Amino acid sequence: MHIDIDKDVCIGAGQCAMAAPGVFTQDDDGFSTLLPGREDGGGDPMVREAARSCPVAAITVSETVG
Amino acid sequence: MTETEPVAFPQDRTCPYHPATAYDPLRAARPLTRITLYDGRPAWLVTGHALARDLLADQRLSTDRTHPDFPAPTERFTAVKNRRVALLGVDDPEHRTQRRMMVPSFTLRRAAELRPQIQRIVDGLLDAMIEQGPPAELVNAFALPVPSMVICALLGVPYADHDFFEGQSRRLLRGPTAVDTQHARDQLDAYFEELIDSKQKQPEPGEGVLDELVHHQLREGVLTRQEVISFATILLVAGHETTANMISLGTFTLLQHPERLAELRGDPELLPGAVEELMRMLSIADGLLRRATEDIEAGGTTIRAGDGVVFSTSVINRDQDVYADPDALDWHRPARHHVAFGFGIHQCLGQNLARAELEIALRTLFDRLPTLRLAAPADEIPFKPGDTIQGMLELPVTW
Repeated sequence: MHIDIDKDVCIGAGQCAMAAPGVFTQDDDGFSTLLPGREDGGGDPMVREAARSCPVAAITVSETVG
Repeated sequence: MTETEPVAFPQDRTCPYHPATAYDPLRAARPLTRITLYDGRPAWLVTGHALARDLLADQRLSTDRTHPDFPAPTERFTAVKNRRVALLGVDDPEHRTQRRMMVPSFTLRRAAELRPQIQRIVDGLLDAMIEQGPPAELVNAFALPVPSMVICALLGVPYADHDFFEGQSRRLLRGPTAVDTQHARDQLDAYFEELIDSKQKQPEPGEGVLDELVHHQLREGVLTRQEVISFATILLVAGHETTANMISLGTFTLLQHPERLAELRGDPELLPGAVEELMRMLSIADGLLRRATEDIEAGGTTIRAGDGVVFSTSVINRDQDVYADPDALDWHRPARHHVAFGFGIHQCLGQNLARAELEIALRTLFDRLPTLRLAAPADEIPFKPGDTIQGMLELPVTW
């Protein structure tokens, strides 16, 4: 799984970190970022829920292509 | 929808935690219908959940209320609509710059750090209420001071001034007349002028968000004085009025649903989900306003450039295509995707703080006062009119 966060779009609402705290967090400026080691989502079923929670559609989730 | 007269919007609720029964035709007309505003002007009302999320995130809808075409829900809104409002009243790219200044103070982490302080505030107010009662009037004894004290601490506003700013906020949001609202804006402007003066004279900045703005952004010329005042006003007003209403109306709703309350008290793990469900059910900020800047194809029709677009969160959050049995309070439903905090770039800046305050206030209130009950017949307790943030005007309780 590939997760892309558009930090230019992110408004720091924190919805992703609330929905999937095992994958997303907020950096010191408040913007969404992936936890170290969880860049691939770590198989967390809540990743898509986190993307859907984002009020500005800053998170794109795609299946990794070879 | 059939060719009938458009429903007037906003209207008063019949029950404080349900959408106005006058909105029943609007609930049946998803995802988009027509309404008439107080001045006779027609506008679009978004009623469907999926369309609401799309349109609230659509930057062709502006929140700049100074534009002559911007829809107004009340005469008093019209009276102050030419005055700039930070954050909520500005579009990107300006909004992005403003929001980014504020975000670090309102993250999940910051809200978590504030929890012990919120708990102390809640405990202190309940200690005082228990010492003096029963009975008590819960709005003034608890629901209003909790968020008021929290936002004062966060912003660096002296809580000693709370009678003043709570009164002005009330007039700003509820008038009743346009003159009251204009006067309240003037009074708050003058108050923050003085507060900024006194903060500028301090050699070292205090710990509040306003101290930071005064000692950095204002000093460095990133923000003007008027912009700091505008930030201070919206953060202070939005920071206490909304949460106060959620606490008072949330308590009333729980007391009217004793089985749900018992279930919640039996399983504290349900609390975060219950707060989301209460947010969905109560939808206290009911009637978000936008103006179309371009033609927009939506819901099988065309919203024309210049049209007013209103979002009824109470109707949207009861879209039965998304929420089964939408009028029922259910802690187990996935309520997360409600739009009670809005959606898109203007989604509530303080939502993580609000969630923390609601969890702590409601849990502690019912822990400390397990026999809490209404001290007057439920249908005689006054609540707010439909043209402002929804909530209880009074909440007489005993235990």
